[in-house]
Amino acid sequence: MTAGPLFSPLHDEHVAAGASFTDFAGWQMPVRYSSDLTEHHAVRTAAGLFDLSHMAEILVSGIDAPRFLDYALAGKISATKLGQAKYSLLLTEQGGIVDDLVVYRTGDERFLVVANAGNHEAAVAALSERATGFDVDVRDVSDETALIAVQGPLSRGIVEAVLDVEPLHALRYYWSVEAHFGGHPVLVARTGYTGEDGFELYIAPNAAPELWAALVDAGESSGMVAAGLASRDTLRLEAGMPLYGHELGLETRPADAGLGRVPNFTKGEFVGRTALESTPEPGAGAGTTASRVLVGLIAEGKRAARAGYELFESDAASTPIGVVTSGILSPTLGVPIAMAYVDPAFAGVDTPLSIDIRGKRLAYRVTEIPFYSRKRDLS
Amino acid sequence: MTDYSDLKFTAQHEWVRFEPAADGAAPTATIGITSYAADKLGDVVYVDLPDAGTVIADGAIVGEIESTKSVGELFAPVDGTVVEKNPAVEDAPELVNSDPFGEGWLIRVEFTALPELLDYAAYQALLGDEESAH
Repeated sequence: MTAGPLFSPLHDEHVAAGASFTDFAGWQMPVRYSSDLTEHHAVRTAAGLFDLSHMAEILVSGIDAPRFLDYALAGKISATKLGQAKYSLLLTEQGGIVDDLVVYRTGDERFLVVANAGNHEAAVAALSERATGFDVDVRDVSDETALIAVQGPLSRGIVEAVLDVEPLHALRYYWSVEAHFGGHPVLVARTGYTGEDGFELYIAPNAAPELWAALVDAGESSGMVAAGLASRDTLRLEAGMPLYGHELGLETRPADAGLGRVPNFTKGEFVGRTALESTPEPGAGAGTTASRVLVGLIAEGKRAARAGYELFESDAASTPIGVVTSGILSPTLGVPIAMAYVDPAFAGVDTPLSIDIRGKRLAYRVTEIPFYSRKRDLS
Repeated sequence: MTDYSDLKFTAQHEWVRFEPAADGAAPTATIGITSYAADKLGDVVYVDLPDAGTVIADGAIVGEIESTKSVGELFAPVDGTVVEKNPAVEDAPELVNSDPFGEGWLIRVEFTALPELLDYAAYQALLGDEESAH
């Protein structure tokens, strides 16, 4: 890592907008502009504009690229079609998770792999190492790539107003299309991390400030606001999406996290396959940790359980049976929600559980993930 | 505009306003958190305050202020007994953000002992140090 913080190509825009900043994986990124809750609700009802330029982008190209990604990642990447996006996992030999990522097929032999900022180096290292023996080029293009997300029910009109792009109503969720902005190529993907309809725009850093400003202008009349990482986290949690370092880690296996369908066993050898096949049941863990599975939890009242709080079978019980990985007072639902790893015996929906919230026990119950689903009327 | 001249501050970002006592009544202080603390927390969504009658001691944790992202602790800035908590802020925790020095006050305390508190200039200097440390 380099010394000192990293700054987004949009940093000056954030400062001018009065953002508060937080360190995220070495980056100084906007945590909020004015109010987390305002930003959260704007994404649910109108649109929010996010700078995600801290994310890592890795370009994989070459004649072996599809076959290589089938080996290096858990999913069958070779089965994607041109323009398609696919959520996948980078696993260890033990079946643990190095990173969760999205792969965009941008050519027959060309893929853009988008990894978490916190796993930038680990993802580049793993992919580079696994490339041995394949005719493939693995190139870290993070410094050449800015990422702006427009998320929310009104996002399509805002993106169409700004980009030189074909009408986006026909672009399906988890598909992408090439577009232009002021002569600069933009990869437009209908993907996101908020549980809403939305778009992610990949563009060269030198063109990003102008694109950001154009989006701000175009979105103003729709009620779009710039949104920081605080609202991104509450949005993704309501949508039941895992966050690396919370729900996912080297000791987590896909099935533990409810991602058992991400690894594809109809393809050939891939890193982690042997370990996953030897103990395929959820809750096995990738290391020495006790058996555990990810569940959603919901409560009444206003007191939110936070990451690290312990779960018990009852208020009287003193032996923990699980631990919270993420928890908030849900802005949309108005009640506390959380995700937690629990002993599989307590994972059934509606199982009552007790959480120690800084010395006080509070009643939660297991519920279905996601906590919030948008109405699916993409048009 | 808030008149800061009648406020005292702690290094934990509480403010204290001493209320004039009626003849024979014990002196009281109103306590809240500063706008700096409220901004750092983000949107406050829940407050847990001590009930009237609770005896509090300077420096002890007596309440919690939760935002969407984190939990802040309320430290008692004085020794004394809680005479009132702000019911409005329990119903509408966002008052802590919108009016931290006014409608967003937290508790009123009949105090028995006062520690050293900071005046506005000293508190501003402390904030300057905190910001430059980041």
